[in-house]
Amino acid sequence: MGAPDTAPAGAGGMSRRTALKLGMVGVLGAAVGAGSTAAFARMVRRPLPRYRFLSEPEASLLVDICEQIIPRDDVAGATDTGAIDFIDRQLGGPYRRHRQAYHSGLESFSRTCLQAHGGPFQGLPKDKKIEALRSIERGEAPAALWGEPSPKDFFNMVLAHTMQSFYGSPRHGGNRGYASYRMLGLNYPQVVGQNRYPKA
Amino acid sequence: MDPRHVNAVVVGAGAGGGVVAKELSEGGLSVVLLERGDWVSFETHGQDELINQRTTPLGNAYGPDDRSPRVVETSPGRWAVVMPNEGSYGNNAACVGSGTVSYGAMAWRYMEKDFRMRSTYGAPEGSTLEDWPISYADLEPFYEKAEWEIGVSGDMSGNPFSPPRRRPYPMPAFAYNREGLMLEAAARRLGLHPFPIPMLRNSVPRAGRNACVHNRYCCGFACPNNAKNGTQNTAVPRALATGNCELRTNSIASEIAVDERGRARGVRYFDGSDRAQYQSADLVVLSGGAIETARLLLNSKSRLFPNGAGNRYDWVGRNLQNHAYSGAFGLFDDETFDDVGPGATIAISDFNHGNSGIRGGAALCNEFIRPPYGFSGMRPPGAPRWGKEHKDFQRHNFKRSAIVEGPVQEIPVFDARVEVDPSVRDHWGIPVARLSGNRHPSDVETGRFIASKAELWLREAGAVRTWINLPGPEQRGGQHQAGTCRMGGDPKISVTDRNGRVHDIDNLYVADSSLHVTNGGFNPALTIMALGFWVGHSINEAWKGGKLG
Repeated sequence: MGAPDTAPAGAGGMSRRTALKLGMVGVLGAAVGAGSTAAFARMVRRPLPRYRFLSEPEASLLVDICEQIIPRDDVAGATDTGAIDFIDRQLGGPYRRHRQAYHSGLESFSRTCLQAHGGPFQGLPKDKKIEALRSIERGEAPAALWGEPSPKDFFNMVLAHTMQSFYGSPRHGGNRGYASYRMLGLNYPQVVGQNRYPKA
Repeated sequence: MDPRHVNAVVVGAGAGGGVVAKELSEGGLSVVLLERGDWVSFETHGQDELINQRTTPLGNAYGPDDRSPRVVETSPGRWAVVMPNEGSYGNNAACVGSGTVSYGAMAWRYMEKDFRMRSTYGAPEGSTLEDWPISYADLEPFYEKAEWEIGVSGDMSGNPFSPPRRRPYPMPAFAYNREGLMLEAAARRLGLHPFPIPMLRNSVPRAGRNACVHNRYCCGFACPNNAKNGTQNTAVPRALATGNCELRTNSIASEIAVDERGRARGVRYFDGSDRAQYQSADLVVLSGGAIETARLLLNSKSRLFPNGAGNRYDWVGRNLQNHAYSGAFGLFDDETFDDVGPGATIAISDFNHGNSGIRGGAALCNEFIRPPYGFSGMRPPGAPRWGKEHKDFQRHNFKRSAIVEGPVQEIPVFDARVEVDPSVRDHWGIPVARLSGNRHPSDVETGRFIASKAELWLREAGAVRTWINLPGPEQRGGQHQAGTCRMGGDPKISVTDRNGRVHDIDNLYVADSSLHVTNGGFNPALTIMALGFWVGHSINEAWKGGKLG
């Protein structure tokens, strides 16, 4: 896992917009009866990626970590509120300086779970997941598996970004449905004299 | 002569520069006001907790952006490039009005002893503690101008430690919110002297603008109804209204041109299209803040000043100060939250001076309403930082907390400093500022004392659990940055004279917090504005027959 830092955010090295354009050409081409090669048809049918920056395996591991940081209870948690969308979106902008830290940190974290915690993170029971994360938080991990970032730095980065996602403004992709503001009993947006939520 | 020649160039349209530009243009001088940022408005980012001037994980709402990096010392001899939204950068907003657009707007006068720190306490080992060359009495009329021309709401009648004033505030004080009421009663039981925090916000409609509507979030944000008073809605528009002042936004000053006779000739800068420009002038005023003003002087090398303008004795950029913020958090059984913003309403000045064995002190205030992400990092020592327990803590305590803290006055240190980096340059190719050095150990002692008083106050108000917050050892300026071009009588141990005029360069002035010899135990904005009036007045007095006398 771990797409190279330079990989464009799109299918098979194609940007999303190019893929859309080609898709349209493909449809038109078919309509006018122009022959399209099998390879071209496969490319057009390939689904658009869900994330701008993270690979699917990276995203599913990361969101599971985020969910331990802010778990669902009677109120939504990190998964439900779009933590992964928030982080992925910011990695294309203000978090761009953290891209490599996510790629290598997730890779190191994944290997650490295999080597020291008895299997892939997502397969662990909840208490083992928390135990694994606590040891990473304390910086306890096989040194050979970690370079930059260190286990502590990686944990602190994911912690901060998850909190930003859940407690920050919904305009950035997290805090879906104003979940944290509802939980805290904060009207948002705050309009003096008429505090209320838009329909979620 | 260049047909575009003007009488004065002012660099920076913040608390100091906005006021100086107004004073000079009202005095009849032609002025060009250079501002590195642009006009900004509330609408761009609203009340977004992740992009404002106080919490900045996704950037600074009002600048600067990543085109302006700095370098900081991370451990002795090790340096790192930092971006403007990182904590150690020491950011001040890059926009018309600068920090006064988005500040918390506390409107403090420093006390008489704040101008005489060395005489009062003696200079401890390892410090450059000194008295100001001007007294509180010298600055008092200019504090009054700042209060009336920019606009302050307040009432000092309950504060026996308040320095003397000739004229009351132009607007009545704000009422206490729920935290304020709880803390007021507690303070009286403790024999302390609570009073409403003076604020550069309209408590009543004034000067054609609205009264404050008590928005939840204010500190870090522009005001949605223009009730917060900064230079962007007072001094700068008045300067422009004279017809004598031209404001050039998106203009990045790179160098003060100093000639062979040791006089400033003008300012080199880059315009909004990154083109190199030059503005010649009879005099130059620097108001870029304590870090950028020092950087500009250090980047202005000439034959007479090979180490930077005004830097003959290596004092430019020295004595960088901030405030060693210290205080306490408290959790309560009952709700403290009433959503009456911005939340900071009550202060005591009992511990600014006269504390046994302590040099100086700080005013103590209750803190602005904590936004949710910020609150997620506020936990007692040892409490879980994440997981179910963290979420429960957030849910249970968000509306049952209070913070009392104070801007602890720092003891200046020669090696806490701003330099220019030998290799790192910004987007325009200008060497960036680099910051290094530590606070004086005395600051942490003072902080510990102030934090203990904050804790005591919170407990008396009913806090069932409290914990304290102390400053770290590093000195990186911050929004209260000060001290890098201190004023003084002796050119060997100061950068400007008592009027802000740079020693050895008769037509070059500084008018911002760089001048502060010490930084008071209070938020500095009103003092910076008062110094803007002071320096502006002094230039107007010296300006005779179309030139500086």
